[in-house]
Amino acid sequence: MTGIMTYGVYIPRYRIKIEEITKVWGGNPDEIRNGLGVFEKSVPDLDEDAATIAVEAARNALMRRHLSPHEIGAVYVGSESHPYAVKPTACTVGEAISATPMMTAADYEFACKAGTAAIQTCMGLVKSGMIKYGLAIGSDVSQGAPSDALEYTAAAGGAAFFIGNDDPIAAIHHTCSYTTDTPDFWRREGQDYPRHGGRFTGEPGYFRHVQGAVNRIFQETGKSPKDYTYAVFHQPNAKFPQRVAKILGFSPEQIKPGLVVPHLGNTYSGSSMIGLAATLDIAKPGERIFVCSFGSGAGSDAFDIEVTDAIEGPDFKLSAGPSVQDLLKNPVYLEYALYAKHKGKIVMQR
Amino acid sequence: MSVARFWRKIPQRYNLIGTKCLTCGRYFYPPRTFCPLCRRDGKIVEHEFSGRGKVITFTVIRSSSDQFEHLTPYVLAIIELEEGSRVTAQVVTSPEEIKIGMQVKRIFRKISTDGESGVIHYGTKFTPL
Repeated sequence: MTGIMTYGVYIPRYRIKIEEITKVWGGNPDEIRNGLGVFEKSVPDLDEDAATIAVEAARNALMRRHLSPHEIGAVYVGSESHPYAVKPTACTVGEAISATPMMTAADYEFACKAGTAAIQTCMGLVKSGMIKYGLAIGSDVSQGAPSDALEYTAAAGGAAFFIGNDDPIAAIHHTCSYTTDTPDFWRREGQDYPRHGGRFTGEPGYFRHVQGAVNRIFQETGKSPKDYTYAVFHQPNAKFPQRVAKILGFSPEQIKPGLVVPHLGNTYSGSSMIGLAATLDIAKPGERIFVCSFGSGAGSDAFDIEVTDAIEGPDFKLSAGPSVQDLLKNPVYLEYALYAKHKGKIVMQR
Repeated sequence: MSVARFWRKIPQRYNLIGTKCLTCGRYFYPPRTFCPLCRRDGKIVEHEFSGRGKVITFTVIRSSSDQFEHLTPYVLAIIELEEGSRVTAQVVTSPEEIKIGMQVKRIFRKISTDGESGVIHYGTKFTPL
């Protein structure tokens, strides 16, 4: 039975509120909050990046369950903000959890769904017997240009999932994807910030691909929304996942535990994975979780997950690592000027 | 710092890999290959420190070298790791919060970068427990 052996999350301590951003660029904060369903977003510290977040998330996962580093055969890190254009974040993560050198590693990029693509890769390697455990991470210090609509939501955070066959805390019964060439959001080589197609990101991007993956997995598994206790969708804002859940027949109660975007923002590659982690934080054995990510460009990965008895077993200690709600507590709020410094938006003399 | 010099110490920088003398039980960070107490009777083995410790003393850096200027004011402390060895490192907290005796744990952060296009030096800092 292939599934999640353990998982961990990391969210930086800093936040900026919507009204702090509108103070600088204009706009009505109430309208933006109501339009997006987002009140504040996380901001990385001056010395944090996608690699440090990935390492902290992986170490938090290993605090909950000991896995021998020598049995971790693959590390994949999905991100839109890898610190290097050439030099893998995954190698740094592998070294920091002592899994090197007997492992394979690579960095993934598929907008906001690179982390769930990494889960699928690890599932394949585990199922084929090529590796015992694989580590899949979604981690980002998301980019949004000053005054762009993305600036209200582009946040920082990440989640790490160890995949294996050996008594997982949650079985992944099935996964499938829906992918097309759709230019709804992109960042060209050498550019600091992504661009997007505005409203075009909605129907042809998010909704088409999420519904495409969901309908496909329901066809393949014979399941429907009523078979699931919880559901998690990619959350670029709070409105898109709520709307797609309603269209597909999921209730607001099913998506509530995993809807973390209102006080976290969009952590890009971390988004749906942190939503899944928040759901696993409260899930009980036997409960079924539906997950569907979305990455611009564009594609969606859907997962049929069932929590097992191992989540309450002797080998897994949930409280040994911080929960998503723990990490959202006690934020330090920044003014826009300090936020701009943290995000490297102030051009310095070189 | 040269690329080779950084690379050579990655195990120590990322994972607090030090050494321990099995004869007398003393821990060493940075690692020693020879126990100064037991001398030829010493038996040195590798040891990964837990990363938990307490602040022995600290200073607040308000005027730094160019490389760390963007972090000022920041806290630099001598931390006694729970195994007994002491390490000098940054504590990621505000100068108002830091206290002698404060319990801290390791975190993975960027320490410095070699300019705009050079290598990023990752390593260990500490944060209050």
